[in-house]
Amino acid sequence: MLAKRIIPCLDIKNGRTVKGVNFEQIRDAGDPVELASIYAQEGADELVFLDISATNEKRKTLSVLVNQIAHHINIPFTVGGGIASVEDVQVLLNSGADKISINTSAFKNPSLINQLALEFGTQCVVLAIDTKKEADGNWYVYLNGGTIKTNRLCLDWAKEAVNRGAGEILLTSMNNDGTKQGFALDITGQLSAQLSVPVIASGGAGSMQDFADVFDIAKADAALAASIFHFKEIGVPELKQYLFNKGIPIRL
Amino acid sequence: MKTVIIKYNAGNIQSVLFALNRIGIEAIVTDSPEDIISADKVIFPGVGEASTAMQYLQSRQLDQLIISLKQPVLGICLGMQLMCKHSEENNTNCLGIFDTPVAKFSNENTALKIPQIGWNQIVDLKTALFKGVSENAYMYFVHGYYAGLSEHTIAKASYGLLYSAALHKDNFYGVQFHPEKSATIGEQIIQNFIQL
Repeated sequence: MLAKRIIPCLDIKNGRTVKGVNFEQIRDAGDPVELASIYAQEGADELVFLDISATNEKRKTLSVLVNQIAHHINIPFTVGGGIASVEDVQVLLNSGADKISINTSAFKNPSLINQLALEFGTQCVVLAIDTKKEADGNWYVYLNGGTIKTNRLCLDWAKEAVNRGAGEILLTSMNNDGTKQGFALDITGQLSAQLSVPVIASGGAGSMQDFADVFDIAKADAALAASIFHFKEIGVPELKQYLFNKGIPIRL
Repeated sequence: MKTVIIKYNAGNIQSVLFALNRIGIEAIVTDSPEDIISADKVIFPGVGEASTAMQYLQSRQLDQLIISLKQPVLGICLGMQLMCKHSEENNTNCLGIFDTPVAKFSNENTALKIPQIGWNQIVDLKTALFKGVSENAYMYFVHGYYAGLSEHTIAKASYGLLYSAALHKDNFYGVQFHPEKSATIGEQIIQNFIQL
């Protein structure tokens, strides 16, 4: 049976992990390769690296890092952050990334999704959506790291992106992100039910029960979290054992 | 021991090379017939589309070369599917090593997400390729097409239906999953192949 996936996310700036991490066994808390190796050994099913640096050297630094990660990590990983062209993607895939994620650039230039799917296959194109529920009860798409609101409904954009060739949707609820009150079950559930591709839920994980709910109730295919793993509030092995004991298909 | 990875227009060649390096095996990536024929082990990787890949192989006569090989050959993902007889993916005639058709997953009557992406279990494991690998072990799969069950099946997986997770005939082996991305258990399978 296909397992539900647990995905730690690492924020990267100028080739280093950004947020402080609370791993005793780590020698260099800023080294993404070392942190990623630990997650892989602990049973993470995939990893996501989100590059938030904004320098001219960014592309080169990132491709060097991706190459180091690919040498050392024996599970799949996705790279995102500021990717805007076929050439950007080519460099990252050639460096060893398994998938790339695109967000604002795809919204502004939707044909980028078609180009990437045609060139590299849908399996490596992850569309990331930052979404927020407004007072009118609808979920809208936000851009530029959640700073710019659009008038586009999240579900509509997700459907268009899948039709254009997105192979997975990485859905982050801005209402939930950072709250530790649980994932956004309603919009995640809507996307899971209506899309033909896997949905990765992100934003709001605070307890192990939150993960069980996003798999059981919202039918997410994967769940992503950052700080609760980095700060060891929840360990990947204990989380996976907990979900397994609840009867959720999990790789132990 | 000389291990080669066949170089062609496929996506995961680097990943396979890195995985070999992680378990201490040097390999060369090449499309030179002399290098491939003289190798002890040949790995035929692949992520991509069947008809484009077959055209590329045919244009360089690599198709005839591959089917003539006598040493152990391991096809991975699309590599395994290309070793089959025919693929529904753009109605492509493939190498015909395994007399097994490749069809597209259907989600007509189910809620299956296609392609299958993620970790799935393998069962009914046969041959030394799976030495030390437990029944129901999880492997990482990414595919929208599958090889059906046949006399060549040496591992099965289930996704809406039972299909071939691995195939074997004579010196040819194929795995639908990605051992190079399947954590330590995947590295064990690569090690097993190298030791065949």
